[in-house]
Amino acid sequence: MTTPTAIDYEVVIGVEVHAHLLTRSKMFCSCPADYFGAPPNSHVCPVCLGMPGVLPVINRRAVELTIMTGLALNCQVPPLARFDRKNYPYPDLMKGYQISQYDQPLCKDGWLEIEVNGQRKRVRINRVHLEEDTARLVHVTTPEGESYSLVDVNRSGIPLMEIVSEPDLRSAEEARAYLTKLRQVLRWIGASRANMEEGNMRCEANVSVRPRGSEALGAKVELKNINSFKHVYEAIRYEVQRQISVLQAGGRVVQETRGWREDLGQTVPQRSKEYAHDYRYFPEPDLPPLVVSPEWVEEIRRRMPELPDARRQRLQDYYGLSEYDARLLTESRAKADLFEGALSHFPPDSRRARAKTAANWVNSELAGLLNARDLEWEDCPLGPAALAELLDLLEEGTINTSTAKVVLEESLSSGYSPKAIVEEKGLAQIGAREELAQIVQAVLEANPKAVADYRSGKEGAIQFLVGQVMRQTRGRANPEAVRELLKEHLSRA
Amino acid sequence: MGDDLFRLTVHEAAHLLARREVSSRELTAAVLDRLQGVEGQLNAFVTLTPELALEQARQADERLARGEDVTPLTGIPAAIKDVICTLGVRTTCGSRMLENFVPPYDATVIVRLKRAGLVMVGKTNMDEFAMGSSGENSYFGPTRNPWDRERVPGGSSSGSAAAVAADACLYALGSDTGGSIRQPAALCGIVGLKPTYGRVSRYGLVAFASSLDQIGPMTKDVTDAALVLQAIAGHDPNDSTSAPVEVPDYAAGLVPDVKGLRIGVPREYMGEGVEEGVRQAVTDAIERLAEMGAEVDWEASLPSTPYALACYYIIAPSEASANLARYDGVKYGYSYTEGASMWENMERTRQFGFGAEVKRRIMLGTYALSAGYYDAYYLKAQKVRTLIRREFESAFQRYDVLLTPVSPTPAFRLGEKLEDPLQMYLSDVFTIPVNIAGLPAISVPCGFSQGLPVGLQVIGRPFDEATVLRVAYAYEQAAGWRHRRPPL
Repeated sequence: MTTPTAIDYEVVIGVEVHAHLLTRSKMFCSCPADYFGAPPNSHVCPVCLGMPGVLPVINRRAVELTIMTGLALNCQVPPLARFDRKNYPYPDLMKGYQISQYDQPLCKDGWLEIEVNGQRKRVRINRVHLEEDTARLVHVTTPEGESYSLVDVNRSGIPLMEIVSEPDLRSAEEARAYLTKLRQVLRWIGASRANMEEGNMRCEANVSVRPRGSEALGAKVELKNINSFKHVYEAIRYEVQRQISVLQAGGRVVQETRGWREDLGQTVPQRSKEYAHDYRYFPEPDLPPLVVSPEWVEEIRRRMPELPDARRQRLQDYYGLSEYDARLLTESRAKADLFEGALSHFPPDSRRARAKTAANWVNSELAGLLNARDLEWEDCPLGPAALAELLDLLEEGTINTSTAKVVLEESLSSGYSPKAIVEEKGLAQIGAREELAQIVQAVLEANPKAVADYRSGKEGAIQFLVGQVMRQTRGRANPEAVRELLKEHLSRA
Repeated sequence: MGDDLFRLTVHEAAHLLARREVSSRELTAAVLDRLQGVEGQLNAFVTLTPELALEQARQADERLARGEDVTPLTGIPAAIKDVICTLGVRTTCGSRMLENFVPPYDATVIVRLKRAGLVMVGKTNMDEFAMGSSGENSYFGPTRNPWDRERVPGGSSSGSAAAVAADACLYALGSDTGGSIRQPAALCGIVGLKPTYGRVSRYGLVAFASSLDQIGPMTKDVTDAALVLQAIAGHDPNDSTSAPVEVPDYAAGLVPDVKGLRIGVPREYMGEGVEEGVRQAVTDAIERLAEMGAEVDWEASLPSTPYALACYYIIAPSEASANLARYDGVKYGYSYTEGASMWENMERTRQFGFGAEVKRRIMLGTYALSAGYYDAYYLKAQKVRTLIRREFESAFQRYDVLLTPVSPTPAFRLGEKLEDPLQMYLSDVFTIPVNIAGLPAISVPCGFSQGLPVGLQVIGRPFDEATVLRVAYAYEQAAGWRHRRPPL
């Protein structure tokens, strides 16, 4: 698709992300916020149904999580925030207006650093604000062809945070890096599950292209209703090429909303709204302005965990890990916690030395096992103590690497501690010289030909004898120790 | 006792109930009888709940017998404006839109009244969604004034005012956004109190204009207003605009003493447009208070007053346009279903479900909030609102209360102003500034003009209902108008 003239165009992308906040209750009432999988209209009350006469009450936790997100995104948190009514009629909007924030959001003017191809870049954040989600419409078509819509109000009033970037992104890769980083941060601080497939994170990208060097922005296409990171990336890539092709053909890009058709691998125009919306925002009279004291902000800041970038740097500096290892370990907070939690079981002066091994086990073996089970690090059944135990068993030589892999898998499945598994199954390496010596002696006696070959100068024959001993011990011996012992016995006779 | 039980005030009845001289069932039966007798002439109620009332009276009698948890409202028959949600009892707001709407919850004031021992005889008629000053904007037909059935009772709490005046209940709740408690109270010769914004929870009050609405008592005398306010006032965690402010003992503060009290009479409220009989009655009332030892300044001034009405008719419709957006026929209430599309059904639902005045205000508000007009209308109105509030604040540095007429005229004839919305809006010219500033104010009877009741408005400082009640009480005790009754 790339044509030589494509480099004459600059891509401009801004991203709006909506994320459900991890609160117990809804934004303005006490209904449970965890609606996923609940029967339709089972998490509802007069308030989130928008019954006549009801009033909203602000969920403090939602405000705190929004402020914490703002802090994590280097935002300013103004001393006064306000909720506003955003008016538009739609059957998924119970009150006929959405309580949102217009000109006084909780957080504004921040940035998030991303890295693409080794280049670091700050993407400016315009604002982070708080609002309520709408109900969910389920469109049904009967076999007879009759179509109708059902309303599930469970989602109505779920706290929804909107994070708006400036149009600072210059490629689909940058947009993907931004979203990945944002998701990492949101999960890291516990603000959101941030899972696009589950619908608790939604993303809209505004994409335009302009001749390089031009200051004016090109006509903007809004990409909406995309349900995974991969599709966002693909949709943006497609859209950029489409707009460039239109311009190169002498055409004009139409400002519109487009969706992603995975089956076609194309963006397609979405039915545009029937008329341009005037949301008629005005201050929500049912909620007094929200006073955000500096003390409150500081308290939230104190509760905020060390952020991923800072933690990565610390893992490199403190444990001497490579940037690659540290980056992998800080993919998620649970993973980094597991790693450091395991190391904390070791004596302080040994931690740095053992960090690399621990990192390898977490980043490759454990990561592979979790991946095979489709588990997130947050849901990893293996705790730091168990991991430390496994690493200790290895370090002491009680088990070898291949046994350790078996024990790890077993521990993950059964929940038993590595030590218990080793004992239960008799997996400890046969370290005792006497026990091993007996087996070596027996193997030598049973294989006179190999013994003769070795003695006649075919040193390779010892490999066969090592294998035989390992077989007898069902893999529980240290192969190096076996080789030494064999040599000893063979030279003796 | 016997036949005249319905004529009692709350405090008189509470006295008899407490001494077991009469039962709540007897009292309730007498009131229900009276109600049946006068309702045909008044149309004060949308829904009658006699069975509920008798059951609640039975429970109240048990409570009275045990002598536990007895309050001055235990077992007292009351009427509730049909804009306040009552669990299991339909709440229409005087609108076709909610003709069959049965709330699944009780408003906070109802929860509190039930705790106090509520006996509810019915839900009262009103201007649709509390929009109106005559009661004529009800889908269920106009309510008539007990003093003259050819005249309006005022509005929007038309049914509550008429019911109290006609002794069809001992007290009622109303709601007041621009005068909807005080103006009908004045026109029906009863007491109506609009508390400070934030004093009484709005949870369960179907919203008209959220930053102005307030629920308050409509009663036969000032003592009753104090008792009812006591029961409903106080912070409610379900209403973020309700104030976490201490509620004093209102009845204890009712002493007939105004010596040294500083009264301001803003001249903007006594000039052009005030009917002569009203001016005379209000002037006489203020002079009476002066004789009782109050210091009266007849030259007080609130110069922004003329802008209050315009300011109100931007802010209230703007908020209403959003508050009434939920009535789309999808979830509850009236629903037009014959249309070709969802959008047509929603539009027709609103076309047929709302009356003319409601639609007029939705359009006014939608216009005022529209892109390009917001700054010139809504934002400007908010600035004027701040100005009006500040003027009251500075006036209250010099005066303890401000006295004005409630309404520029006594009750007008049915249909007289129906075709002229501006004339109708002017009925509230003296009550609206009080809502704009969020202040407490009471309407207390102060005489008659052309044989029709006139009300005196006592305006107080924020959350100083106690002083407002005391002034009204002192005047009421001295004047004795309370003993004149409508010819019913």
